[in-house]
Amino acid sequence: MPVRVQSEDFDAGAEIGRLRAGDRSVGAVVAFIGTVRDLNHDAAISELTLEHYPGMTESALQEIVDEAKARFDIRDALVVHRIGALAPGDQIVLVVVTGAHRGKAFDACEFVMDYLKTRAPFWKKERREDGERWVEARASDDEAAARW
Amino acid sequence: MRDSVGNLVRLRLVYLARLREAFSSAGETLELASHDTPRVSAVVATLRARGGAFESELAPGRAVRFAVNQRLVHADHPIADGDEVAIFPPVTGG
Repeated sequence: MPVRVQSEDFDAGAEIGRLRAGDRSVGAVVAFIGTVRDLNHDAAISELTLEHYPGMTESALQEIVDEAKARFDIRDALVVHRIGALAPGDQIVLVVVTGAHRGKAFDACEFVMDYLKTRAPFWKKERREDGERWVEARASDDEAAARW
Repeated sequence: MRDSVGNLVRLRLVYLARLREAFSSAGETLELASHDTPRVSAVVATLRARGGAFESELAPGRAVRFAVNQRLVHADHPIADGDEVAIFPPVTGG
């Protein structure tokens, strides 16, 4: 499956190995891993909970991967996104892109992340010393997605 | 398309993340009476008229996103009987 939503952790090495297995035309593998930070706007984060919109999440991610394949000359792409309660240091998201050359693979990986940040229905809630709060969307994410 | 008086559109509404908490509801069934092609904005207007959290969270200028049948749409997107209309804050995944 090129897109997965799961509460379990992922093994980036194993995912990369599976994605490029058997494809000798691959000359470049680009991977991005997003992780939970312990600080947001100078407030200490003890836990991050990820909520999503089951059904739409999978189709939105699939659409982003399909778009990346149509726009960039790449071989394959994979997205794994975690949901549920996560701790600082935990992995949140993995994007892997394989291609013949690195340029398009780098571009496609950034494109997938920029689109995911603005189009995939996930929401983060932080637990801090002063209570819980939903993370606000950043204008810089919209700007990053708009450049494509 | 029916255009007679009493054209009734039955929708399944889904509230997510901050809005689910603010509305104390994960969703509901809404019947919307309409004389012409109803749009997502008509749903928002109907909810806003309830007052309380619906009015404040969906006030003009608040950042709200919509999906019809699990696809992102703008507020002017048409809706039809049986549609699933989700209302949620801007996404923050990744």
